[in-house]
Amino acid sequence: MLDTELRSMIDEVKDGRMDRRAFVQRMIAFGLTAPMATQILAIGGVAMAQSPAPYKPTKRGGGGPLKLLWWQGPTLLNPHFATGTKDQDGSRLFYEPLASWDSSGNLCPILVAEIPSIQNGGLAADGKSVTWKLKPGVKWHDGKPFTADDVVFNWEYARDPATSALTIGVYQDITVEKVDDLTVRVLFKNPTPFWADAFVAVVGCILPKHLFADYKGAKSREAPNNLKPVGTGPYKFVEFKPGDVVRGELNPDYHMPNRPYFDTIEIKGGGDAVSAARAVIQTGEYDYAWNMQVEDDVLLRLEKGGKGKTVYSTGGDIEFIALNFTDPNTEVDGERSSIKTKHPLLSDPAVRKALALLVDRDAMQKHIYGRAGRTTANFLNGPDQFVSKNTKWEFSIEKATQLLEEAGWKVGADGIREKDGKKLKLLYQTSTNGPRQKTQAIVKQACQKAGIDVELKSVVASVFFSSDVANPDTYSKFYADIEMFQIPMTQPDPAQHMRRFHSRFVATKENKWQGRNFPRWVNKEFDAAIDAAEAEVDPIKRAAFYIKANDIMWQDTVVIPVMHRLKVGAATNSLRPVLSGWTNDTDNIQDWYRET
Amino acid sequence: MRQYVLRRLLIAVPSLLGISLVLFIVLALAPGDPFSELATNPNVPPEVAAALRAKFGLDDPIYLRYLHWLSAMLQGDWGFSFVSRMNVDTLILQRLPTTLYVIGSAQLLALTIAIPVGVYAATKPYSIFDQIANTLAFIGFSLPTFFTGLLFILLFSITLDWLPFVYTSDIKATGFRWVIEQVRQAIMPVMVLGLFQAASMTRFVRSAMLDVIRLDYVTTARAKGLGQARVIVKHAMRNAMIPVVTLVALQMPAVFGGAIVTEQIFRIPGIGSLLISSILSNDTPVVMAVTFVFACLVVLFNLIADVLYGWLDPRISLR
Repeated sequence: MLDTELRSMIDEVKDGRMDRRAFVQRMIAFGLTAPMATQILAIGGVAMAQSPAPYKPTKRGGGGPLKLLWWQGPTLLNPHFATGTKDQDGSRLFYEPLASWDSSGNLCPILVAEIPSIQNGGLAADGKSVTWKLKPGVKWHDGKPFTADDVVFNWEYARDPATSALTIGVYQDITVEKVDDLTVRVLFKNPTPFWADAFVAVVGCILPKHLFADYKGAKSREAPNNLKPVGTGPYKFVEFKPGDVVRGELNPDYHMPNRPYFDTIEIKGGGDAVSAARAVIQTGEYDYAWNMQVEDDVLLRLEKGGKGKTVYSTGGDIEFIALNFTDPNTEVDGERSSIKTKHPLLSDPAVRKALALLVDRDAMQKHIYGRAGRTTANFLNGPDQFVSKNTKWEFSIEKATQLLEEAGWKVGADGIREKDGKKLKLLYQTSTNGPRQKTQAIVKQACQKAGIDVELKSVVASVFFSSDVANPDTYSKFYADIEMFQIPMTQPDPAQHMRRFHSRFVATKENKWQGRNFPRWVNKEFDAAIDAAEAEVDPIKRAAFYIKANDIMWQDTVVIPVMHRLKVGAATNSLRPVLSGWTNDTDNIQDWYRET
Repeated sequence: MRQYVLRRLLIAVPSLLGISLVLFIVLALAPGDPFSELATNPNVPPEVAAALRAKFGLDDPIYLRYLHWLSAMLQGDWGFSFVSRMNVDTLILQRLPTTLYVIGSAQLLALTIAIPVGVYAATKPYSIFDQIANTLAFIGFSLPTFFTGLLFILLFSITLDWLPFVYTSDIKATGFRWVIEQVRQAIMPVMVLGLFQAASMTRFVRSAMLDVIRLDYVTTARAKGLGQARVIVKHAMRNAMIPVVTLVALQMPAVFGGAIVTEQIFRIPGIGSLLISSILSNDTPVVMAVTFVFACLVVLFNLIADVLYGWLDPRISLR
């Protein structure tokens, strides 16, 4: 019902019979938030209202130095080679994409005159192409003009396997053509509802063709400008020492008015998160520190009477426990956790449901994550229009016990439940990381009370997340019964986030355990929902498919969400950083300023 | 003499080869890979990481990888870092000055404290001065640097707000201000490392001196009517310094190798922090280069120590 009503209202806004404001107010009356209402309009084909950040400075420069502290410093400055956020953050000071994401997941124009929409003809109605109109008059730091050729070149550069770009996944399946000097068109093979991936945010940073043209392909590593970026960004490159420091200075020819505010910028690397928090919050030696993986108690203590505070941005990062649907202890054709087997204990839905009831999310939020976490029952936690309201979670040892009793799991002589001679003993693995080990302990304790014996195991992160085929302890091999880690959402769209549990991505020996469906869960209904969503151009129907997919995962207890994690930064009191949970911390660096 | 040095250098070749082989095998067998950060990033398909592994030769058999590395190294090509895709030698040279400055100053500080205090304590064993020096030395080498480092930060940076605790590799100021800033930011790390070193070295100097000071020739020197200072400096110290020289010579490679813990605490961009971050990200070429250079330096300084013996004590002949 809501669906048809919503549709007619969106049409009214489109035709100008209802104004945006009235629509947003009606939505708020339905219990939706204002950003979500504008999102619905946007996905319904109404151009996004540009809600530029309230940027106060009225002239360029004069803000002194901006000192950023990253406890892992950038190690390279070519955005196409960036292995982690630290490298992307460093490159982003100098290079710019066509558009970036704001805090509520809307696109902000950077190197384009306007964001493509159906109204301005930028988006094709069949979802098979996007036309970007570039901003005229933009110059590279060396004075050469920025044109459509640069954009097309970046596509050719990244998609060439010999270049070894890590962004190849974004660019290999699209075609990019130059329409004129200031217009490029991105063509998709299939209707693509989420078109804002290529040339957007950190994976979309544009390199200058005139400096990189000779270094496409196998020679990519030799480009002198890999270490000396020449971009279009608000800051010009000064100096770079891998892992230590990146320095930049104000770009006097920057294409946005009154920006940037700061005269110089630096990212210092190294050290640990706690002392980085200290250097910002307590002593004010630095202005902003990234990724504060520090216990909330410690942060609260530092904030008392300090010179800074923590800042949070919400994205869709989810910490969860995955259940293994195959048997990790039986070898079939030289492969453990083979898709040909069934897990002796976890194939029983009652055991999976009982486990979900034994994860005390409130305690974890209170004692471990604090302000940096939100409890959730969903695997998919954003953007808002994709979040299911049909799910719920609870912590109840009694209910779990009752479920297990009913399913025939009786307590044995040693206090551990068993059925048909199979004991309820589980191996629970995760990466070595303070909060994760504490979470393990909380889960283990609850399981013990319910008669489930849990053995804990932690693996060093560089091994756990390794793609080394020879190593048995990786998360994708999953030689354990349950395992826990975090999957980040790197863009405000659920396609990649949800696709991984499609049955065609099951991790097997055959695909060298590169399949991303590591719980090895196979569900036809889920597959159908994902396939339908990926082909669906209508945004509202598409969102409904993803909500359905999330709910199937919840009903079948494929994963047990532990915490919806927020990004935490630390900033001095006067700094006004522009952050978003949907992108890197420096993705809107041109808008940062200091309140005086 | 020249023959001796030549022979020692020749003996060093097989031992360095052995060291490099062991290092390489241990690193190759260690689990993990440089691209683990990509694993959970849904934007990067797993094939990309696999293709990179293949391109960087991580899937080749170990002996092949070792031979590749060795032949490149012999031609002066140190390879490139998997993580920053930069040449390893540039990466190391960039870090060297900072390490030399900080760790070198710490060693100098340790020596300037340890030698006078140790010698003076030995001339007056079990006096009040000796007792105090001993107690402080025991406290000094019982406290690990990561503890004293944090203590210093809490005291001097946070409570008193005198000194910065984030090291900046190149300060923007010029002239006199530059020198002041350089010194200011190095005070804490140099103190932490220097005092730790000084503590154990003081004990060492004291016992070396005690061994010598009771010998007959020292008594003879005194009997000749030489002054106390002359006896101690000219006669006793010269012999007592032989074991100390060994100790100092073996410390020298550490001046180049950096101090992992202290560099991490104070964010000093030296060789030690490069080594630890490369180990954590499984950046084999960088780890290999740093450890191998370190091994070469150990061999070299051992040789230098042996040559110095001959100069300090002509009775030791080099054959």
